[in-house]
Amino acid sequence: MDYEIVIGLEVHTELKTASKIFCGCSTRFGSDQNTNVCPVCLGLPGVLPVLNAKVLEFAVRTGVALNCRILPFSKFDRKNYYYPDLPKNFQTSQYDLPIAVDGYLDIETSQGTKRIGITRVHMEEDAGKLIHSGSITKSEYALVDYNRTGVPLLEIVSEPDIRSAEEAKAYLEKMKAILQYIDVSDCKMEEGSLRCDANISLRPVGTVPLGTKAEIKNLNSFKAVQKGLEYEAERQAEVLGEGGKIIQETRSWDDARGITLSLRNKEQAHDYRYLPEPDLVPIIVDPAWVESIRQNLPELPDARQGRLIKDYGLSAYDAGVITASRAMADYFDATISAGADAKTATNWLMGEVSKFLNTSGQSIEECPVGPQKLVGLIALIDKGTISLKIAKAVFEEMCASGKDAETIVKEQGLVQISDEGKIVAVVEAVIAANPQSVVDYQAGKERAIGFLVGQIMKQTKGRANPELVNKLLRERM
Amino acid sequence: MELNKLKAHELHRKLQAKEISAVEIAEAVFSRISAVEDKVRSYITLTREEAMEQARRTDEKIGRGETIAPLAGIPGAIKDNICTKGIKTTCGSKILNNFIPPYSATVVDKLSAQDTVIVGKTNMDEFGMGSSTENSAYFNSRNPWDTDAVPGGSSGGSAAAVAAAEAIWAIGSDTGGSVRLPAAYCGVVGLKPTYGRVSRYGLVAYGSSLDQIGPITRDVTDSALVLGAISGYDPADSTSANAAVPDYTKALVPDIRGMKVGLPKEYFVAGMDPEVGKAVYRAIEQLKAMGADYKEVSMPHTSYALAAYYVVATAEVSSNLARYDGVGFGHRGEGNDIISMCKRTRTEGFGEEVRRRIMLGTYALSSGYYDAYYLKALKVRTLIKQDFDKAFEQVDILVTPIAPSPAFKIGENVDDPLAMYLQDVCTVPINLAGVPAISLPCGFKGNLPIGLQIIGKPLAEETILRAAFAFEQSNDYYQRLAPLGGA
Amino acid sequence: MKITREDVENVALLSRLELNEADVAKFTGQLNAILDYVDMLNMVDTSGVEPTAHVLPLKNVMRADEAKTSLPRELALSNAPQQEDGYFKVPKIMEG
Repeated sequence: MDYEIVIGLEVHTELKTASKIFCGCSTRFGSDQNTNVCPVCLGLPGVLPVLNAKVLEFAVRTGVALNCRILPFSKFDRKNYYYPDLPKNFQTSQYDLPIAVDGYLDIETSQGTKRIGITRVHMEEDAGKLIHSGSITKSEYALVDYNRTGVPLLEIVSEPDIRSAEEAKAYLEKMKAILQYIDVSDCKMEEGSLRCDANISLRPVGTVPLGTKAEIKNLNSFKAVQKGLEYEAERQAEVLGEGGKIIQETRSWDDARGITLSLRNKEQAHDYRYLPEPDLVPIIVDPAWVESIRQNLPELPDARQGRLIKDYGLSAYDAGVITASRAMADYFDATISAGADAKTATNWLMGEVSKFLNTSGQSIEECPVGPQKLVGLIALIDKGTISLKIAKAVFEEMCASGKDAETIVKEQGLVQISDEGKIVAVVEAVIAANPQSVVDYQAGKERAIGFLVGQIMKQTKGRANPELVNKLLRERM
Repeated sequence: MELNKLKAHELHRKLQAKEISAVEIAEAVFSRISAVEDKVRSYITLTREEAMEQARRTDEKIGRGETIAPLAGIPGAIKDNICTKGIKTTCGSKILNNFIPPYSATVVDKLSAQDTVIVGKTNMDEFGMGSSTENSAYFNSRNPWDTDAVPGGSSGGSAAAVAAAEAIWAIGSDTGGSVRLPAAYCGVVGLKPTYGRVSRYGLVAYGSSLDQIGPITRDVTDSALVLGAISGYDPADSTSANAAVPDYTKALVPDIRGMKVGLPKEYFVAGMDPEVGKAVYRAIEQLKAMGADYKEVSMPHTSYALAAYYVVATAEVSSNLARYDGVGFGHRGEGNDIISMCKRTRTEGFGEEVRRRIMLGTYALSSGYYDAYYLKALKVRTLIKQDFDKAFEQVDILVTPIAPSPAFKIGENVDDPLAMYLQDVCTVPINLAGVPAISLPCGFKGNLPIGLQIIGKPLAEETILRAAFAFEQSNDYYQRLAPLGGA
Repeated sequence: MKITREDVENVALLSRLELNEADVAKFTGQLNAILDYVDMLNMVDTSGVEPTAHVLPLKNVMRADEAKTSLPRELALSNAPQQEDGYFKVPKIMEG
C-alpha cells in the first residue's frame, strides 16, 4: 500500500512589541524570573485586560502578507483549561472569528513552486514558563516564572497541504522570512519566539478522506521539524502496514533519541468551553486601514528575490539564498549601496560569510564584518592589492579581530606582489630547483604546474599575484 | 447629635464650616461599631488606624484652608470583593482568607483622591453569589431592622453598615441585584449604575458582563455624591463607558412634572407579598400626584430573565473563578501533585453555593451544551434588552418592586437554592440589559422595609436620581433609622 | 434536559472540584432542578435574534504599545503560598 503523507503546521510567533498584549509589562526576553509581571498578567483577582493596539496592527500586517482575508468583525474568546503556566486557567485567544483567514504562501520544491494554504491567523496571549526540578516525570515540585504570560502571540495555521518533511521545512523557512521581512517578530526558535507544532497523517495514495492524525510537539528547530516528521511518517506507515490503527493523540519529539513519544493523558479531557471574552470588546477593522497596511507592506521575500534576479542578474538559487532572511537581504543591499558588484557580493555572502556564521553560530546581524567592511575587503581584491586566497585569510582575521581589511593587510604585510621583476626571480629559482616537475609538465601533466605554483606561493608567503605567477611560469616552460 | 447618624452631605457642610472635625466623625463611627457590631456583623475587616490617619490628614487640609471634596473625611465602607491595596480582601470566601492585594481598585483610588475615610471591608455572599449574605464563609450579617432577618445580599454587610450607622456611606457590587436588594431590605438607598459607568478594574469578577459597583447610602443626595466620586471612564477597563460624568447633585430637583413613568405588569409576580404590591402602587399614586404621567407597559420576556441570568452569570463565573487554584495566591490545600492540590484547594476553599454555580456554568459551556444553554441565554438577553428599549420609547422611567417580599428570616431559604434564586426576579433583568436602577424605601411590612425600584435608560442616572429624590422628599423614610441604627 | 451523575462527575473534573458520593447525589438533584427551571428558555422563539455578549456598543478599545514599570518582585510574590528563588513553587506536574 502506498501512502501519501499529509501535514499541517501550526506556527506560534511572539510579536516584537514593547509591551504585552493585555498589560504594560515589558516583553523583554531573558529578564530575571517574575520581574516583568503585574496584577493583570498575574491574573490576580479583579484585574482586566486592555488590548495593545500594536498587536492588532501586527496581526493585520501578517494576515495581509500571507494573502489572507481580514475579517471585518473579530473578537476574543476564552479557552478554558487548567495548567500552572496559565495564571487565570484560561487563555484569552480567538476562536470562531479570528483576525485573518484563507491565505497562502508559496514554497519552492523540487517540482517547482507550490502553494500552501493558510487557514487562519489569530491573536492570543502566551503562557508562563515552568521549570521542573529534575526530570519532568521525577521532580517533586515545579517552579513558575510568569514573565512570559501575556506576551503577544500570533497563531498561524496551515491547511493540510504539505506533503513531505522537506516541504514542511521549506514552509517554515518561508514563514520565518516573511515574518522577519514585515518586522513583526524576530523569529528566534532558540528563544521561543517562533514555535511549531505539526499534525501528520497518512492516507492511501489517490484517496481523499484524511487519515487519523497525530499532533507532534517539542519540535524546537527546523531540523527537528524535518526529522520529527520523517520519523512519525515512518512510524505511522509501520503501524498501518501491520494492520493497526493510528490513535489521535499528542506525541512529543525526543530529539536525543530521535523518536516521538505519546503524551496521552486521561486527565486531559480537552473541553475548552470557549466563551466570548466578556472583558474585551469586539474589533471592527476599517478596510481603508487594511488597505494602507497593504500599500505600506515592506517588500516581501518573493518580490525581493525577483528584484535581485531582474536588477542584478543573480540566479534564482542565489537570489533565493540571499533573500531567505531579511537580515541577509538587507546586508546584500547595503554592500551594493557601498559600491560592490552584485555577483561578487553574492559569492562572498554565500561563501565565506555563511561559512563563518555557521561555524560561529552567529546570525548575520551579529557578524563582526558588516557590509561596509566586506566592501572594503572586496575593493582590495579589485585593486589587485591582495589575491582572493589571501582575502579569505584576511576575512577570517577581520572576523576574529574586528579590524578592517586595509589595517590587517598593512599590519601583516600582505600586500600582493605584482612586481614582475620580483616574481620572475622566484619563478626562475623554483624552476631551477624542481627540474622533474618541469619535465612532467612539458610531458602533459597539468598538475605539475600546480606544484610549482605552490612552491612559488610558499616562497612569497602567498603574496605573489597568482595570475602573474601562472603567466610567467608557462612562459618559461 | 451623634455624628454617625448624619448624612454625608450634612457632615460635609459642617466640616467646611469647621463646626466639626473629620476625626470626630471617625470616632463617632468607630464608637458605634464597638456598640453594635457584634449584633449586626457588617465587617470582615476594620481598618481603624488607617481611617484615623485619613481623618487627621483631612482635618489638616481643612485647617490649611484648602477646599475639600464632598466625601472628604466622611467614613465609608467597601464591600470585600473590591481590592484595597495592602488590606485583606476576601470576597467573603475562605479561598482568599489571606489575600492582600498589591493594588487597589480604580474606585478605591478615586475615593482616596477625595480624601475619604475607609472604615473597613464589609461582609458579603461568597464571590457575590447569594441574596442574603448567608453564603459568606465567615458569618451571617444581620438586618438592623430585625436581627433575625437577613440584610439581603450579596452586599449585605455594606447595606447593614449604612443602616446601622456603622458607616456613612458604602459601596457594593451588583450583578443580579446585589446592591439594590440589600439596600431595600435594610431600608436604605442602593444604586446600580449603567453597565460601564463605573470601572470594574479591581472588582473581583463574578458575572463580568453584568457586574457594576454602586453606592449604598442613607439618602438619594448621598447616593449622587458617591456615584459622582466613583464614576468615569477608566483606561484600565475595556468595558468602561467613555462618557463624561455630570454633576449628579444637579439632578436632585424634586420636580417630576411631565416625567413619563411606566409600570411593567410582568414584575408583579405570582407569590408576591401583597404588602409589597400595595406599597409599590401607593408609590405610583404619589408619583402621579406629583405630576408624573403614568402608563402600564409590557415587557414580555421578563419571566425568562432569571433563567437567562443563571446561565450567563454562572457560565462567566465558572471561568472567572478558575484562577483560584492555590498556585499564585490565596488558600492552598494539600496535594502531592498539582491537580490534587488544585482540587483540594478549591473544594476546601469554595462554599457550596459557589461550587454549585461553578458546576452549573461549566455544564452550560461544555461541549454539546453551549448552543442549548449559553448561546440561547445570550439571545434571550437580546430580547430582554429590546423589551427595555421599547419600553423607554414610551416612558422615561420604569417603577417596579425590588423583590417579592421584604427581608426573610435567616435560614429560611438556605436549603432550597431555587427558592433563594427567585428573590432576584425583579432585579436581574436590569443587569442583563445593562441599564441603571435605584432602590429606595417606599413602605414597611411590620418593621421590615419595602423597597421601590426605579429603572432608567442607559446613562440616565440623572433621571432616576431626580425621580428618586422627588419621591424621597415627599416621604420621611429617609429620616427613619433602624432600631440598631440608633433611632 | 437532564443532567446525569456522570455529567456531574465530568463537570467536577473539568472545574477541578472533588465530589464524594453524597455530593454527587446532592448536586445532581439540585442541578437538575435548576436546569429544569432554565429549560423555560426553550419556550422563547429566538430565530433571527443575535446573541448579546456585550451590552455596551463599544468596539476597538485599545492602548498604545508602551512598556510600563512592572510590579517589584517581592510584591508579585507577596501572596504566593510557596515560593523559591523568585519563582512560584507548586507541587509536581504529572504528565502522561
